[in-house]
Amino acid sequence: MTASMTGGALGVVGQLLVVLGVALVAVGALGLVRLPDAYLRANAVTKAAALGLVLVLVGAAVLAPGLDAVVVLLVAAALQLFTVPVAGYAVGGAAWRARAPMDPRTQREEGTDPTDDPEDPDGGCTEGTGP
Amino acid sequence: MILDAALVVLAVAAVVATVRVVVGPTDADRVLAVDLGFVVLLAALALLALRLGAPALLDLVLVGTLVGFLATVALARLAARRSG
Repeated sequence: MTASMTGGALGVVGQLLVVLGVALVAVGALGLVRLPDAYLRANAVTKAAALGLVLVLVGAAVLAPGLDAVVVLLVAAALQLFTVPVAGYAVGGAAWRARAPMDPRTQREEGTDPTDDPEDPDGGCTEGTGP
Repeated sequence: MILDAALVVLAVAAVVATVRVVVGPTDADRVLAVDLGFVVLLAALALLALRLGAPALLDLVLVGTLVGFLATVALARLAARRSG
């Protein structure tokens, strides 16, 4: 191990956080491959991006040697927590506006199929990202 | 040791994201795959900074979170406009 690794209980906690975060990113990648449509994949990726990466960054902050490294990592983690939901919402809205097909097993109310109404350019979407 | 194993897992996740960029099928899927690719890159950078003892990489992580967010939002708008 490098000299930057903290020994003792703090090191164990940091490594646990890193392993947990990487496991969440791996689950997100699994979801990206296995889930049937864009909306479900957005779910998996957004969780991996928010929770997984933040856990990795916090774990790295615990393991990091200097105070400035800790500050940079915690600021990055906080920014990630704030920006990921916005990005996920933007991608979900984009998929809806682009009429990405839903998995046929999806249960939804009448008139909420993105491919229902060819006249409505927003597919019933009143807000979100659009030109 | 643990960091090495974590980096290997992240490499597999990066390959998976690349596969999803290639196969699509919609543009939204590709945007999501790029987003996950950014996440994997940032996590790998943070772990490499520890593994190699190179704190300069941490600044890259900080900038990367913001660039990744802006890239995802911009690509999402592009995917919505293209309607395909």
